[in-house]
This record gives sequence, C-alpha cells and structure tokens, in this order.
Amino acid sequence: MTNLQKLLNAAATLCGFYALVTGIGALSPALLVAAGLVIAGGLRLSPVLAGAWPGAWSIVMRSQFDLLISFVAAGAVLAALHDGMAGAVWAIAIAAWLHGWLAVEKTIADDARSMGHNWVVSLGVPLFFGFWLLFFWEALTIGLGIPTVLLPPPSMIGARLVSSTAILMADFRQTFLKAVLAGYAIGCGSAVLVAILVDRNDFLRRGLLPIGNFISALPIIGVAPIMVMWFGFDWQSKAAVIVIMTFFPMMVNTLSGLSAASVMERDLLNTYAAGYWQSLFKLRLPAAMPFIFNALKINSTLALIGAIVAEFFGTPIVGIGFRISTEVGRMNLDMVWAEIAVAALAGSASYGALSLLERRVTFWHPSYRTE
Amino acid sequence: MTKSSSSSTVIKAEKLNLDFETNDGVVHALRDLDLEIEAGEFVSFIGPSGCGKTTFLRVIADLETPTAGSIAVNGQTPDQARLARAYGYVFQAPALLSWRTINRNISLPLEIMGLSRAEQQERVERTINLVGLDGFGGKFPWQLSGGMQQRASIARALAFDADLMLMDEPFGALDEIVRDHLNEQVLQLWKKTGKTICFVTHSIPEAVYLSTKIVVMSPRPGRITDVITSDLPDDRPLDIRETPKFLEIAQRVREGLREGHADE
Amino acid sequence: MTETLKQKVLPVLTIVAAIGVIWYGFTVYLNAPWQIDQYEKSATEWSMNDLVRDTMAHDRPVLPAPHQVVVEIWKTTVQKKITSKRSLIYHSWITLSSTLLGFVMGTFTGMMLAIFIVENRAMDKSLMPWIITSQTVPILAIAPMIIVVLNAVGLSGLLPKALISTYLSFFPIAVGMVKGLRSPDPMLIDLMRTYNTSRWQLFFALRLPSSVPYLFTSMKIAIAISLVGAIVGELPTGAVAGLGARLLSGSYYGQTIQIWSALLTAATLAALLVIAVNIAAQITQRMMGVPK
Ligand SMILES: Nc1ncnc2c1ncn2[C@@H]1O[C@H](COP(=O)(O)OP(=O)(O)OP(=O)(O)O)[C@@H](O)[C@H]1O
Ligand SMILES: [Mg+2]
Repeated sequence: MTNLQKLLNAAATLCGFYALVTGIGALSPALLVAAGLVIAGGLRLSPVLAGAWPGAWSIVMRSQFDLLISFVAAGAVLAALHDGMAGAVWAIAIAAWLHGWLAVEKTIADDARSMGHNWVVSLGVPLFFGFWLLFFWEALTIGLGIPTVLLPPPSMIGARLVSSTAILMADFRQTFLKAVLAGYAIGCGSAVLVAILVDRNDFLRRGLLPIGNFISALPIIGVAPIMVMWFGFDWQSKAAVIVIMTFFPMMVNTLSGLSAASVMERDLLNTYAAGYWQSLFKLRLPAAMPFIFNALKINSTLALIGAIVAEFFGTPIVGIGFRISTEVGRMNLDMVWAEIAVAALAGSASYGALSLLERRVTFWHPSYRTE
Repeated sequence: MTKSSSSSTVIKAEKLNLDFETNDGVVHALRDLDLEIEAGEFVSFIGPSGCGKTTFLRVIADLETPTAGSIAVNGQTPDQARLARAYGYVFQAPALLSWRTINRNISLPLEIMGLSRAEQQERVERTINLVGLDGFGGKFPWQLSGGMQQRASIARALAFDADLMLMDEPFGALDEIVRDHLNEQVLQLWKKTGKTICFVTHSIPEAVYLSTKIVVMSPRPGRITDVITSDLPDDRPLDIRETPKFLEIAQRVREGLREGHADE
Repeated sequence: MTETLKQKVLPVLTIVAAIGVIWYGFTVYLNAPWQIDQYEKSATEWSMNDLVRDTMAHDRPVLPAPHQVVVEIWKTTVQKKITSKRSLIYHSWITLSSTLLGFVMGTFTGMMLAIFIVENRAMDKSLMPWIITSQTVPILAIAPMIIVVLNAVGLSGLLPKALISTYLSFFPIAVGMVKGLRSPDPMLIDLMRTYNTSRWQLFFALRLPSSVPYLFTSMKIAIAISLVGAIVGELPTGAVAGLGARLLSGSYYGQTIQIWSALLTAATLAALLVIAVNIAAQITQRMMGVPK
C-alpha cells in the first residue's frame, strides 16, 4: 500500500467510526451494515492481521473489496436520502467515496505494472467517476433540500428524460439532425475544398491563413441574429450560423495540414514525376488527416453550441435551444436539464465517434502507434 | 571497366555552380563542377560534411536548380529526365510514408506510373526479396528498425527500375555487418543490371569497395578535388579490402580528402 | 524588412481589401430589392448611381456598408461620454471585465487540474475524459439558467457571466498545460532522477518551465473563447449592458448597424486581447531566456 492509499483507507475508517458513534440509534439497518463494512475495511491497516493471516489479508486487500464497500455504502446512503441527512449519513457518503477512490488507486497501480490496453481502466474508471459526480449531485440536492427550481437532482432529470421522450426526440431532430448535421457537413466540406483550392496559390494562402486564424478567434456566434434575419426562423438559419462558425477552423487546419508533409517526402514524389493530383491524394491529404480531424472535433462542439444559441434568436416552436429558453422561463428546470443531457449525449457521442474514426484513419500518427 | 567503352554519357556537368541565398549571406554550395559519368559506372562521392554532395545529387534529380553552368542527364535537361522517370533516388533518410505498409510504400512509384496491379505486385515481391525484407511487407514503417526502413527505401528505388540510381548515404544508419551485406548486394545488383549508380558516402572503404570511380570533394565552396578511377577487378569479395591494391586506392582517397581540408 | 512586407503583409492586406469590395457588393445587392420597391412606390426615376448611393444609406439595411458601421462606431465611442448607456466603450468595458475575470479563473482552474492530472494517475484516468465531455455540454445554452440560479443564491453582476467564461476557458488551458507538463524529454526526466530529485523539485525545475510555451498558446485560445462566453452570457439574460446586450437589443429592434458595430467592436477586442497575451508571452519567454 502506498502512503496515499493508507491515508484514504484511514480517513474512511474514521468516517465509519464517526457515523457509528453519532448515529448508532438513528441509522437504518443498511447504513449500519455499511458503517460496519467500512470499519472492517479499516482493520486491513493493522499489521497484526497481515502477519497472522497473510493469505486472507491479500484477498481483502484487493480493489474489488473496496469497490464492494463503496457501492454498499453509496446504496445505503441513496436509500436513506429522503429521510433527511444527518451528519452520520454524510460521514458514510464520504467513506463510500473514499473507498471508491481507493479502489481506483489500486486498479490503476495494478494497471501500471501490466502491459497493453485495459478497458477497465480506460472506460470503467471514468464511468465510475461519473457515478460519483451523479451520486454527490443527488445527495447534495436532496440532502441539503436545494429547491428544484435552482438545481433538480439527477433522479428527477432522469424521470423527465423517460417521461418526455417524444418532445426531446422532436427537439433533437430539429436541432441536431437538421441544423447541426447540415451546417456541419456544408461548413467542413466547403472549407476543405476551399483550402485545397487556396493552397494552389501561395499568395492567397499567405493572405488567408492569418485572416482565417484571426476569424476563428472571433465571437462569430454573434452573427446568429443576422442569419436569423436573412434565412428565417427554421433550421436553415441555424445551419448558416454553423457553416460560418465551422468554416474557418477547418480551412486553417486543412491549410496547415496540406503543408505538413515533409520536404523530403515531397521531393520523393517529385522524383517520380508525380502530378499535382497524385501528390495531393497519395501524400498531402493523408498527411493532413490529423489536422483535419483536429478541426472536425473542435467543430463538432462548436456546431452544437451554434445551433442552440441561434435558436435563442427565433425558432419554430421546437428545438433544443427553444425549449431551454422557454422552460427556463417557466421554471421547469428538470426539462431544461433533460435537454442539456440530450445535447451533451449527442455531443459526446459525436466526439467519441470522431475520435474512433480518427484512430482508424490516422493510426500511423505517433500519438496512436501501437506495437 | 569494359562496359564503359560501349556506352554513352549519362551525366555531364560543365562549370556547374550553385549558390544558396540565406539570411546571412550567400553559400557557395557548388563551384565550377566538371564531371562526366558514363553509363554503367559506379561513382562514389566522398567529402566532408557540408561540401555539397547531396546538393549535387539534387541538381541531377532536378530538385535544385544550378545558378550557372550546365548539366545534362541522358543528354536531356534534368527536368526532362525527371519527367521521363530516368532515375531512382534513395534519400539520406528512409522517407517512407507512415500510413502505407512496406509493400504499399514500395509500390507507390509504380502506382504513380500507372502500372497494372499484377506488375506492381510482381516487382514488389522481387525487390523486397532482394533487400531481405521478406515477411515484413505487411508491416508499417514505424514497426521496423531504422536499418530495415532504409532497406525498404532502397527496395522502393529498385522497384522503380530506372537505369540511373542516385543514392545519398543509403547505409549511413546501418551497423557494420548489415552494411557489409548490403554493400555486397548492391554490387551484385549493379553487375547484374548494368545500372549507373551515383553513391554518396562518408566511408572510404565503402567508396573504394563499391566504385569504379571515386569523386573527392572539398567544402566551401564545394568543388571536386580529385577523381580516382579504381582498377579493382569486377569480382569483389569482401576480403578484397585487405589487399595492397585496395589499401593503395584508399590511401589516395584519404590524401585527397586531407588536401581539401588543408585548403580550408 | 521589405521582404517580410511582401511575404506577409501584402497578401493579408490584399485579402482584407477584397473582403471590403465583396462586402460593398453585397451591400448593394442585398439592399437593392427594398430600395427599388421604394422607388416604385414613390414613382421616382432612378439610375444605377442612385441605387448604389441609396442602398448604402439605409437606416435599417439588410447589410450595412462598412463605412456605415465605422461611422456608427465612431459616433458611439469618440462622440459619446464613456459613462453614457449608448457608449460602446462603456459596453465593451462591461464585457471586457467579465471576460478578464473569467479568463483568470479559468486559467487558474485549468492549471490546477493539469497539475493534478499530471501528478496523479487516478486523476488522469478519471478526470481527463470528463474534461473533454464537459465541453460537449453546450454551456452557452445554459447561460441564462446559470445566471438565474446564481442570482437566486445571491450572486449577481459580473461573477455569473465570468463563470461561463471560466467554464469555456479552463478547457484549452488544462489540455495544453497537461501536454506542456508532459513535454520534457523522458531522457531529461531520467537524468533528474539520477540526481535524486524529489517529485516537486522535478516539477519546478523541469516540468513547469517546459510547460510555459504551451500555456501561452492555450491562453490565446482561452482568452478568445472567454470573450465569446462573456458575450453570450449577456445574450439571453435580458442584460442591459455589454456587447452581447447590444447584439440582442439590435436584433429586437432590427438595428442592423448596431449589431454590426457591436460585432466589429467584439472582433477588435478579441484581437487586442490576443495581442496582449502574445506580448505577455514574449516578455515572459525573454525573461526565461528562451530565444525567439
Ligand atoms: N536549402 C538550402 N539553403 C541554404 N543552404 C543550403 C541548403 N541546402 C544545403 N545548403 C548548404 O549547402 C552546403 C552543401 O550542403 P549539402 O547538403 O550538399 O552537404 P553534404 O555534402 O551532403 O553534407 P553531409 O555529408 O553532411 O550530408 C552546406 O553548406 C549547406 O549548409
Ligand atoms: Mg548530405
């Protein structure tokens, strides 16, 4: 055990004792079991046990044991939430979290020693962290009695997600499937084509590169009201905003990417008397792919933001941005958060899909090389 | 060499000059270079770092334009020769495209020339075998050692199958044993195919072992100080390097190099 | 010098000039239908010259001509008292102050996160994916709510807007700084290990200095995005001051010239901020003895 692990374990045990001492009469049976488990986990720190019974000791030292304690305690806390949160319950919540952290520390220490890709670490650990985010969100909002008009608990948002699926789907279709996809495709696609054209002329390239860089840093989202004036309330105006927002980052990245191939590689193609299109498709575009994917990823988040913000300036009565602004007015924050969850899910899914695609296309890049 | 009697001039440089304009003045990379290379010759270029060996090869390959003087490749301008795909170039570094497997790297020039799939495959197999990389065709360049990468780039130049090969320190990154082995193979290949080879090296034994003609260069401004014709027999086992004849030629090269340095 | 002029400045100026010409072209083209309509209503004879002149003089054009925007900016900056509610300088200052506050908080948060991530593997594995996910939440869309919520718990004024900028700007800082802290050559790190350096000595002697260039590159992105955050933070809240509020009120009342002048001012502000970070970067790197 490292010092950090010992510290975490000891702190959790203290929390367990505190819970037992202050709440012995008031705690529910589940919470009592949880407190007992936490204290049992603390026994592992004693050198006596390690010496007397090394076989069993090495088993209970495993990360799975901490995971078990952590989940049992978290479950007990969640079950007790609505009865009001006494100090003892908070102590068990903290102990649960400390054991969760301990489990992660141990898993990762094991992983550092082993070779190869570990899905438990790369997927399980972040998901576990997400669980704790939601757990404390739930515990704090309900336990502290925060009014739901300020911040609804995740369980309420989840219920909304289930009960309002139809509305959410319609909004998703309007904002994501229509505006975002169209704007993103047109913006990124045209930017790549323009970059390829511009790249043929050195003067143009030198002029457009700094300007494109500058424009990428501008609050382009401010053109949203103008686009709504020009292209109307429906999704076309949102797509137009997205086209403008995504165009410049993509153009700038593609331009830099097209000059990413090394001088020697270009010389090589020259000695083969390769034509312009041959060296474009065989050398320069493949070499530009890491840059293009960089822009695709940046743009995927920009596009979603662009569409939603543009909807603030006028929409038909459907769309994520429209719903958010109206439901905020009606203080239906659970609906607002459900919409945010949908948007974040769509955003993360696109980002994840792009990352996977990137891994496949630019597998050769030093940042992905395996073996 | 017996071959030279029947053949024509492949490279002819007359009063060739090349200056680089840099931020802190002009660099005279090549000064008044006169050189003639006949078909079927194996010519080594040797000289201290920065004397313009690479630059000269690049001029031949039309990757650099001379400031004065003339250069002809197969009686044409370098530009015409390049468009006629007259030479294969092996760069100082492997220059393999990292998104293509070794096989597909070797077939890159063949794709550009528009050869048929079958022809491509046949040539790839032949050359990959020649450089001893069988079984590695499906790997990516970064999965191979530096020496193997360099061999792949030689295979690529061979697959291109031009009559003129320009090789810029192709074996610089290899260990002694592999280097000896490849030296033998290049020599055999040259004998078998009758190609003209221009070969840059920093190693005196390598130059003497391989060449029919050794061009000694000196730096700043880069010029030719000596051209030594080797009369070693065509058949050259590795231990020829211990014979007095060999050592005598090596000694001449060494003296030529020293002279160049004394000038500086 | 003349060389750089030809190589760098000339192409940029040419493109800017071209954009200007295209802009004027579109001004005439987009405003023409309404103008022709007017002519016909009042049965005026008109020539092309009239059309060009008149399309550039609308009060509420579809697209204002560049000079109209410049005149409007001039009127609302130089010719207005700074304290006036119609002064663009006043509005810019409101936006700028929340931008800067958000940027400072975002930079601090980002740096702290980066340090945790680099120094603790559990943090790295748990946090990094969530830092990326955090940016797929369309935070700008929650801006109104955040501000309502924060107002309700007693926070008002600058801070709520600044928090939106913080949320946007901590991301590039964290990602860039992690890259920077990990940038030292492993060989150098091994070398330091042979000196038996402690973890924190290693951090201050090697990791932190090598992260500085990365930090400044990220700061350029972060300050630009902070400005976007501040502007959008002003948009949907019915805020009465700031460039975002100017955009919003301009769009309510169809005051296109006002919208464009706010946009152009925002662009100038963004440029100035990025230049300021650039200068800070140069000064810092000179002090650290890094050759440019
Ligand atoms: N593109 C360039 N711009 C300016 N100077 C150059 C350029 N290429 C080469 N030089 C200069 O020309 C001279 C000759 O360079 P070259 O590469 O031909 O040397 P080399 O003999 O191949 O050296 P090495 O053995 O180290 O490879 C050097 O002084 C070099 O600095
Ligand atoms: Mg060289």
